Amino acid sequence: MGDDHDLKEEGGEIAPFDPSKKKKKKKVVIQDPADDSVEKLAEKTETLSVSEGLESTFSGLKKKKKKQVESSILTDEVGEAGEELEDHIGDDEEGEGIDLHPRYPWEGSDRDYEYEELLGRVFNILRENNPELAGDRRRTVMRPPQVLREGTKKTVFVNFMDLCKTMHRQPDHVMAFLLAELGTSGSLDGQQRLVVKGRFAPKNFEGILRRYVNEYVICIGCKSPDTILSKENRLFFLRCEKCGSGRSVAPIKAGFVARVGRRNAGT
Amino acid sequence: MSELDHQVPSAFDPFADASADDSGAGAKEYVHVRVQQRNGRKSLTTVQGLKKEYSYNKILKDLKKEFCCNGTVVQDPELGQVIQLQGDQRKNVSTFLVQAGIVKKEHIKIHGF
Repeated sequence: MGDDHDLKEEGGEIAPFDPSKKKKKKKVVIQDPADDSVEKLAEKTETLSVSEGLESTFSGLKKKKKKQVESSILTDEVGEAGEELEDHIGDDEEGEGIDLHPRYPWEGSDRDYEYEELLGRVFNILRENNPELAGDRRRTVMRPPQVLREGTKKTVFVNFMDLCKTMHRQPDHVMAFLLAELGTSGSLDGQQRLVVKGRFAPKNFEGILRRYVNEYVICIGCKSPDTILSKENRLFFLRCEKCGSGRSVAPIKAGFVARVGRRNAGT
Repeated sequence: MSELDHQVPSAFDPFADASADDSGAGAKEYVHVRVQQRNGRKSLTTVQGLKKEYSYNKILKDLKKEFCCNGTVVQDPELGQVIQLQGDQRKNVSTFLVQAGIVKKEHIKIHGF
């Protein structure tokens, strides 16, 4: 009995009346050969479940679903997705009229799919199979800047080198930007910390670094921080490693710096 | 598949706003508003890159009156005239310049922390 049913599920299937089902079917066909062993396992479970299911179709169906998914551990991820889809086809055949599917709102009705629904479905599948592809890519974790005070007039940026490394940027470049934005002077000390003249809070550095990342690190097209900054005949270019796009970035200019402090030093 | 989709021509012209920017003020016509630290908790605001046609002294006078601070116009050998104001007036200056219609908001760059 289970055999018959399986054949029907895979081979024949005249039932579909909507285009997306065909897609589903394709996927099933692709993973067919690998699935054969699983199918045999599934037969047993199915017969079991059907015999149970005589009492109430609802619980039976549910059980079958679970067991099939369990058996599909043998196959790889793609197989799993396919199997789940297969499940749905099976359910469509059996559970006609009964609305068992909270997952997809269109199932059980003849209406057209809406864009949002299909989009959501695609993203769900993507997320299940390989979560790193879908959703939030903007997980560039940067540790907050650690700042010490050296005396009363100097500030030490302790994890400056770390941050440069996480951003994959030359410390020189980052330093030039920081100093230009802060409007002061500074230098690297013996332990590769940045010493800046003036009193600054960690929050100040954070804001500037954020601007730096937006301007010189993040790729505009795909928002990925995997970029390389290179200098080609006096111009800085940013090339993205993920999507291959490139753009030019503005050179760092300090702009006008007013004279602060005693005047008789220069003249 | 997705690559093909990207190439479908649409009404969106990727170069539209770039050329619009050029006609507006050009890429280099930013007004830079900076802040600089002085001794203690004092600071200094500098406004650089206003258009040459404007009378700096008149703008400065209004700025001084509006924010109740002192200030001067500094002549810089490379950058031309720069307005200097006492205190951290970055927010004030940018809102003032936008409201007076001297600069558009997207052409103001605020530097500093």
